[in-house]
Amino acid sequence: MTTEPSKTGETTPECNEAIRELDLFLDGELSDEARASIHRHLEQCPGCLEAYDFQAELKQVIAVKCQNDEMPPDLLAKIERCFDTDFDNDGRIG
Amino acid sequence: MADQATFADQAMQYAPQLFSAALRMTRNRADAEDLLQETYLKGFRSFHTFTEGTNLRAWLFRILTNTYINRYRAKQRRPDETDLEDVEDLYLYRRLSTLDDPSRGLSAEESLMDMLPDDEVKAALEGLPDNFRLPIVLADLEGFSYKEIAEMLDIPIGTVMSRLHRGRKSMQKALYEYALARGLAAAETAGAAGTDGRETT
Repeated sequence: MTTEPSKTGETTPECNEAIRELDLFLDGELSDEARASIHRHLEQCPGCLEAYDFQAELKQVIAVKCQNDEMPPDLLAKIERCFDTDFDNDGRIG
Repeated sequence: MADQATFADQAMQYAPQLFSAALRMTRNRADAEDLLQETYLKGFRSFHTFTEGTNLRAWLFRILTNTYINRYRAKQRRPDETDLEDVEDLYLYRRLSTLDDPSRGLSAEESLMDMLPDDEVKAALEGLPDNFRLPIVLADLEGFSYKEIAEMLDIPIGTVMSRLHRGRKSMQKALYEYALARGLAAAETAGAAGTDGRETT
């Protein structure tokens, strides 16, 4: 198995750098300068670009599919009622 | 100082996100409902400490996270820090990529979004130990910055980064195992393709 996702199987220091920075890039935690440098590499490296696209899609899939839960219909009303009543009998509202 | 009378108007809009996060944390609906309710009650009671104009969503997530850690995590009697086996970088990509061998893995039209059912993705996340699961919930589901997550979990930023990295790879492994079992991906070694015999096209 190749160690880098380069189409030709070649690995360059730039590829290694790009893969190392992948999380930071997708999480929006890179400086503008570092970000621009990755962009320049991706423009000329189909292997790294595909890996980046894949990871970006995976991150999106996880976000969408782990956040589509339906709340029980009465839960919001139940919570809001606590804001009007002395819920725990401590003499204060809430 | 924030006015308690406006709490519901400002805060209830975040309930669906908080509920999903609570579900991923507690991994069951009854506890998630309790956790959400407790989060809102604590928020209501301490709303006077919230600085108007700062990030209310982050403030509520901090309460949710703290409440979960203090109450529910203790209840599980799990060791505080659980470790994960080491998984190589780009684990899922290297197995589903069509670059080396277009005959295996995802076809061009097939997307991860279509291939992976909601329940499997949730299960992959919920299978992670707390110390890896919480950073992923806060980063990948809720979009908080490393700095915000470090503050919420009271761990260094470097620890947030390494836990995200390792937790994500572990999820990828779980998702790959699902894909293999369903015949959605071919096995790595020749002769061991899809356990149910289905070929990928």
